[in-house]
Amino acid sequence: MKPIIEVENISKLYHLGLIGATTLHDSLDRWWYKMRGKEDALKKIGAKHLMIEPNDPQAGPEPNTIWALKDISFSVKQGEIIGIIGKNGAGKSTLLKILTRITDPTSGRAIMRGRVASLLEVGTGFHPELTGRENIYLNGAILGMRKLEIDRKFDEIVDFSGVEKFIDTPVKRYSSGMYVRLAFAIAAHLEPEILLVDEVLAVGDAEFQKKCLGKMKNVASAGRTVLFVSHNMGAIQQLCPRTILIADGHIMLDDNSENVVSIYLSRGREQKSGVRDYEGVTAPGDDYVRLKAIRIMNELEHVATMFKINESISIEIEFTVLQQISNFHTYIRVFTQEGILAFGSGDWDDDNVEISRLLPGRYLTRCVISGNLLNRGSYSLTVMGQIPHARYVFVENNVLGWKILELDGAGGAISMNRPGVFRPKLKWKFTQIKDQ
Amino acid sequence: MSNKNVEQNSYEIIIQPNRNWFHIDWQGLLHYRDLLFLLVRRDFVSKYKQTILGPAWFVIQPLLMAIVFTVIFGKVARIPTDGLPPMLFYLCGLLSWRYFATCLNTTSVSFITNAHLFGKVYFPRLIVPLSTIISNLLAFAIQLVMFLGFYFYFKYFTSAGVSIKPNLFIFTLPLLLLQTAAISLGVGLWMSALTAKYRDLQFLMNFLAQLWMYATPIIYPISMVPGKWRFLIAFNPMASIVESFKYAFFGTGTVSPNYLLISIFITIITLLTGILVFKRTERTFIDTV
Repeated sequence: MKPIIEVENISKLYHLGLIGATTLHDSLDRWWYKMRGKEDALKKIGAKHLMIEPNDPQAGPEPNTIWALKDISFSVKQGEIIGIIGKNGAGKSTLLKILTRITDPTSGRAIMRGRVASLLEVGTGFHPELTGRENIYLNGAILGMRKLEIDRKFDEIVDFSGVEKFIDTPVKRYSSGMYVRLAFAIAAHLEPEILLVDEVLAVGDAEFQKKCLGKMKNVASAGRTVLFVSHNMGAIQQLCPRTILIADGHIMLDDNSENVVSIYLSRGREQKSGVRDYEGVTAPGDDYVRLKAIRIMNELEHVATMFKINESISIEIEFTVLQQISNFHTYIRVFTQEGILAFGSGDWDDDNVEISRLLPGRYLTRCVISGNLLNRGSYSLTVMGQIPHARYVFVENNVLGWKILELDGAGGAISMNRPGVFRPKLKWKFTQIKDQ
Repeated sequence: MSNKNVEQNSYEIIIQPNRNWFHIDWQGLLHYRDLLFLLVRRDFVSKYKQTILGPAWFVIQPLLMAIVFTVIFGKVARIPTDGLPPMLFYLCGLLSWRYFATCLNTTSVSFITNAHLFGKVYFPRLIVPLSTIISNLLAFAIQLVMFLGFYFYFKYFTSAGVSIKPNLFIFTLPLLLLQTAAISLGVGLWMSALTAKYRDLQFLMNFLAQLWMYATPIIYPISMVPGKWRFLIAFNPMASIVESFKYAFFGTGTVSPNYLLISIFITIITLLTGILVFKRTERTFIDTV
């Protein structure tokens, strides 16, 4: 029997920045450069919005293009439940978008031998002025159902949603819960042969997500095929026997879930060291500036990756200026382990020094993240060198990382489970108000 | 979809970059025909529900325009109307023009206004502009009824009635309406592809439509256009459509078979290239949102 999904060498090239959807002005600009036959035309324009390093492994054939997916191939047998994992931006969602035909691949092809539905479509195309009944038909048709099919399932959908009483009321009068229930009921009755679920994009509360997972299990037990994109390693291991790991647009691993998940997790840990040195011409940068080293240091000026919650963390960026350059700045971004941007900060915050023109030589910028600011957990660091509003000289994504640990005992049990990215020590005053 | 054909059984979908410009997936469109009618229904219902006056607006707008034209171009500028009552003359011109303009207005931003939908679920995108063209027929029908009211009034209750000579040409009206739909769809598809890429064009659209209106014999008869410029009219399909409407109802006007043929030819070319450009855009539009 033929596999139900066959993906052969799918690649997807994206144009970054404003080029793509753009203003007429930009297009004329490009055209004008081309007309004058300037050699640096594209480069110059590209540099204006340069976002990706030419030597990045994902860099595409032209400036400012990126391979979101490169030569992805796999096949899925009917009834399989496959997990897809990978860091943010690895290409998971792009893959789903291609398989649901929302966007076309740049090259390669995929064959889907069955009706495809995805749970990210819940409620798409609902019109607030239309009644529940009308929206069931409209939404069902948008999802690919024929009218006869909806007629047949109509009562079932209404039963499942539990909104019978309001079925002839415009959905704008529905509570958000009723709205989601109705929308989900329609999607749940699609009966696709292939179900695509992107947990990251699935909106809704915990209960709704649970419902999605439940639906997935049902679909799977009915012999249908599921592709499940998730960051939740627990759910992946629990639901999917097989998992595909995508990294930088490639399939890095395609194996049983236990192996893939454990390799994925350990890979994340390995990466986190406290220092990164760069050598010679392969160092990120250009003819003006080259990155030399990035270090994470503790209060004792030692390279470190483990910090106590009250310790300050110093980030040092060392670079060499080869030719005189103006207005060059270094900038950091700190991400949590979930990939959430905690904050960004640039060396222009230093108001003591006003260096705007850098002469050739070696330079060091240093940022101190004070203690009692970040919550416990793992963080990863992105370092950028840029000329603000003009271009990026280098971008080092997720280059280093560190971990913040709980104080041993000292904070007491109360401080243990505070949620949030930050856990600042704020000024509190505890007083008793005395009666006169 | 050109690149996603449904082969053998209806459950094999091949996803690949489109190498064939001229492949249009009629089967896919056919499969989604229910969606087409549901979208048309949605347009009717939502238009009707959202405004207090509802469909009355379809009457009020062209009526106000005709009154303004009557005052400015008829009374002040005294532009001739082939000897017809100015009010009736303008209403007739606006009949097909309004249908064209509203279709163009909506279809030209098909991608932009439906980005949220297109970004989440696949269906043949052509369904959306097609549904617009069909649902605007309702407004046309209402306007036609209003026009006929004025028409019979002027014909049988005023002295100007004798100059109104309906003729057999009136039976071509459905075909002319079809041509209007085709040309507005064609231009709309072109514009929707362009506005998807160049957002600033949508601000230019109103102006262009306005300009086009004055290039179309709505407030003036073709007989007023100097002979040496008249060939230009042939390249504006709307001109011969509007003039044909007038000829059918009033028996006056300048309709030449040659011009009609050229306009039909231009309409077909515009529609076909429009579909191709639209399909080209739909493949990767969502990447640029």
